[in-house]
Order: sequence, then C-alpha cells, then structure tokens
Amino acid sequence: MDYLNAFWVGGLLCVIAQILIDKTKLTPARILVLYVVIGAILGGIGIYDKLVDFAGAGATVPLMGFGNVLADGVMKAVDQSGFIGIITGGTAAAAGGIAAAVFFGFLVALIFDPKAKK
Amino acid sequence: MPGGNNQNKDNSGYKKDYQDYIEKTSPKSPLFKDMIMAFLFGGAICVIGQAFMNLYKDVLNMDAENAKIAVSVTMVFIGALLTGLDIYPKIAKYAGAGTIVPITGFANSVASPAMEFKREGLVLGMSAKMFVVAGPVLVYGITSSVVVGFIYWLYKILIGG
Amino acid sequence: MAVRLGNQTIKTEKPITISSTASIVGTKESEGPLSPYFDVHMEDAEWGEDSWEKCESKMQREAAKLAVQKSGYTSDDIDIIFAGDLLNQCISSGFSARELRIPFYGLYGACSTMIEGISLAAAIIDGGGADKALAVASSHFCTAERQYRNPLEYGGQRTPTAQWTVTGAGAAVLKCGMESGDGPYITHITTGKVVDFGITDTNNMGGAMAPAACDTLLAHFADTGRKPEDYDLILTGDLGKVGREVLINLLETEDYDMRNNYNDTGCMMFDFDKQDVHAGGSGCGCVAATFCGYVYKMLKERKLNRVLIVGTGALLSPTSSFQGESVPGIAHAIAISNEL
Repeated sequence: MDYLNAFWVGGLLCVIAQILIDKTKLTPARILVLYVVIGAILGGIGIYDKLVDFAGAGATVPLMGFGNVLADGVMKAVDQSGFIGIITGGTAAAAGGIAAAVFFGFLVALIFDPKAKK
Repeated sequence: MPGGNNQNKDNSGYKKDYQDYIEKTSPKSPLFKDMIMAFLFGGAICVIGQAFMNLYKDVLNMDAENAKIAVSVTMVFIGALLTGLDIYPKIAKYAGAGTIVPITGFANSVASPAMEFKREGLVLGMSAKMFVVAGPVLVYGITSSVVVGFIYWLYKILIGG
Repeated sequence: MAVRLGNQTIKTEKPITISSTASIVGTKESEGPLSPYFDVHMEDAEWGEDSWEKCESKMQREAAKLAVQKSGYTSDDIDIIFAGDLLNQCISSGFSARELRIPFYGLYGACSTMIEGISLAAAIIDGGGADKALAVASSHFCTAERQYRNPLEYGGQRTPTAQWTVTGAGAAVLKCGMESGDGPYITHITTGKVVDFGITDTNNMGGAMAPAACDTLLAHFADTGRKPEDYDLILTGDLGKVGREVLINLLETEDYDMRNNYNDTGCMMFDFDKQDVHAGGSGCGCVAATFCGYVYKMLKERKLNRVLIVGTGALLSPTSSFQGESVPGIAHAIAISNEL
C-alpha cells in the first residue's frame, strides 16, 4: 500500500509541474523554485507532514519535500535554540541532501565527461 | 507582410497580430502524453525512494528521521551517477517533469554543469559552475526556511509557545 | 564596380566565380539525407580534439584548407578571409585563422554568417579590393548548446518548435574572373535589415526569424524586379519547419507564391521521420554545409542554374533573453547563377 501511495502522489506532483511547463512560460528552473517555496510554506503550516505520513517517499522525494525538510528543520531549531535557530535550522536539516549533491556532483564530474547527444 | 518595407511606421499593432499568429500556429507540446509520462516516471522514482525508505527503516532499523535523510542521499547519488553515465538525460527526454521534480533531478542539475565545465578548470570551471542551474533552488529554499523560521519565532512569542 | 539596385541590393559587375567549396559535418548530419554531398564526415563530436570548441575551430580550419586545395590555389593566393561562428567573441573563427595566416575579418551574423561572409567577399572582390577571397562559417551542436541553453547532460525536454544546431562547417573560395568560364557566379547581394516582431520564445527561432527573411526577400524582389519563379531554387537558412510555413504564408499575403521552388536548409539537413530534431536544423553550419555541399554540387552539375540563398540569423544572446528582450532576426540574400 505504501508503494501505491508513493507512486500516485509522487506521480501527481510531477504531472502538475508538467502542466505548468507545457502550458505556461515557466521554465523548469522556475518551477523547481516554486516547488521548494511551496514545500516550505506547506511545511510551515504543518500540512506537508500529513502528506508525508500518507505518501512516504511520494512526498519526500519530489522537491517539495526538500522545502518541507527546510521548514520542519527551522521550526525544530527555533524550539530548541530560539532566535538563532531561524538562521541555522533549515540548512542544518537539509545538509544531507545538499552535501550529497555537492559531493556526488563533484565525484561524478571528476570521473565522467559529458557526451554529445544524438 | 504589412509593414514589411515600412519599418519606420509604427507597426506595433501588426507585431501583436504576428505574435498571436505565431502563438496560435506553432506546434504545441503534446500535453496529455507528457502528463502520462511525467506521472509514470515520477511515480516510479518515488516508488524506488519508498523501497529504500523501507529498506533503511525495516531492515537496517534506522529511525524515521535518519531514514528520510538516507533516502535523499541515496536518490541524489543515483541521480548524479545516472547523469555521469549519460543515462539521466536520455530518460528525461521522455519523462519531462517526471525526472525534473524528484530530488534525482536536483542531483542531475548539479552534476551536469559540473561535468560540462570541467574543461574550463577544476576550480573556476567545474566548481564555480556547479550550481548554475540548481543554485536558485537553494537560494529560494533556504531563504524560505529563514522566513518560515522567523514567522514561527514571532508566532511563538506573540501567541504562545 | 558594383551597382546599387534599389534600396538594399548590390548587382555585381565583375564575374565573381565561386571556384570551390568544402563542407564538413558531424555524425548526426552524416545520417541525414544530404550526407552524400558533404566532403568530410566526422566520426565523433571531438574529432581528436580535447574540447568541442577546439573541434569547431578545427572544422573551420580544415574546411578552409580543403576549399583552397580544391580551388587549385594555395593559401598565399587568398587575399582575405571572412569567417564567423556562433560562439562568444567568434573564437572558432579567430582560432582557426590563427593557423591559416590569411588576412582575416571575423564576422557575427548569427546563423546568417556564411551568407554575410560570401556577400562581403563578393563585394570586396567586385570593388577591386581583393582578387580571391574565402568565406567560412561553422556551428557545433555541443558548443552552441552549452553557450545558449543547458549543459548537455542536463535532463530537459525540448519543445516541438525547438531546432537542432547543426554540427557543420562550410568554406567557399571566391575569385574574380571567369577563366574556366563555367561559374557559378554571384550576381546579386541583398543586405537585410534587422527585423524584430517581438517574439520572445527562444525555442521558436523560426517564428522569430521569418519576418526578417520575408523583409529581405521582398526587398530583393523589389530591387531586382525578379519573382520567385525566376529561380530554380530559393533556400532560406534555418527557419525550420515552423518558420518555413510562416514565411510562405507571409509572402502569400504579398502575392508571392513560394510553394513550388522554396525550401529551407533546416528542413533538408535531417530526416524528420527518423531523426529526432523537432522543428529542424539550425546554426551557421546548417546553411554553410548545405550550400557548400549540396547546392554547389547541384549548380556544378547544372541541375540547378539560378538559386537564391537567404541566410537567416537570430541576433539574441542568453543575456538579452534573460533581460526580457525579444529575438531580432536578420537575413541576407545572395543570388547565384551559372550564366551571367
């Protein structure tokens, strides 16, 4: 069941982005920005966590989940350390994804060369 | 072409007509097919994420928070590796938003410029250009988190906590 | 000396012969329908170089050398070279000319550069400033993609109106005189104006450039008194499928019928059924290689006797697009004939 929910929720989040790409002038980069910001807002008002409970990876793997991690993290940090948590909380919570992207991006770029497209 | 040899004349009306004409006659992206592909590929990537989630939680006995982070790291690794192997863009051609929206797409947008600009050097090429595509996601994401954090902090003070 | 006709056209007075051409294309172009007409088919996108930019430079250099060699002259006989490409600061051309040791003018006319180069070469020869001149232009899918769009490994989707930058180079040796007496000759040069109808979609170059091509064709017909049917073939550079239809419709409203003898090199370079190129080919190399390969051979074999080539270019940069500017178009035309 958790696989089914992950599939359709995750797929649906992608479909919404696809409609935005095809139907509006928004470029993929802008849509990703939009998704992260929406994820952070939905996380801030506590809605996104409910979606995560329901859909699991279907909600955490799409980029909105990244926004949610940032929002969850910042609120937890404010609870724990007060004002300074506003600055540190989000990035600390998202550190896994960011560091992985930097490190694996670096590694992959060192090893592989881009290929011409057919 | 009305206005063709009369470029001095104000032909903004004609230009507008032309823009409408181009808008109307140019072929459009096949929306329905694109949606189906985005749904299938995007859904499938999330299912893979869920499989790792279950693996980390049930088999490796990680707690829920660490398992979530481990899934992100794993998916980023897979996205970056498939980019290096020249597989990710081939899937993306069909999957569209299905490969852009998942965190694997974020990894792709970090790894692809890094690879591309390696020829301009490891420091000023590869590393400086690494976030040329994905940078905005971090800028807006982290900025949103600070705003959310500030509002939450205010909320706690004003309303109670 | 050249004669000015009408507002935009130069009629050459001396016989300006295209004495030889050379063309080099990449792998995808080698699988296209025009493949047999090209001189050199590269086996990969690097051609032994360690970057695509160096490869593109080599393509220009080798095309220039081959054209000179085919003409029977040596590079010392060439008085001047007009060369251009799509890259910032025209590096493919400058770095190629570094080794050619021929007096050099670097040009930027976006994808119209080959026709711009031939126009200027013909004009300078007609004016007596040179006896033999070389025009060269190139584009490379990978160098253009990374400069104008996304990294190659980035997983993006192309829209149906997007075009595929041709990996190709063309070079033509022009000379004054008709010792062999068999042409083909450049008879008219129509210089285009920059025309911008406000298209901002950078994935629809055909739509953005079609008004410029239309403007130049109208000027050419008005200045010379010629009609579309006076030509065996009218070719535009890289309007692609979308722009080609638009141009036919624009000219139809002016009572010019282009349906019988008009094509676009962006529609000829690839096989739409088998090759995934969306709206067709584009880039300096598209018209350059098609002209120097296919069209020149057709002229030589007398299967075509009078052609009009319209190089089309989109004068945008990533900076201008990010700043919200629309895409200005340019088109230059040259009339080529086997008889004077």
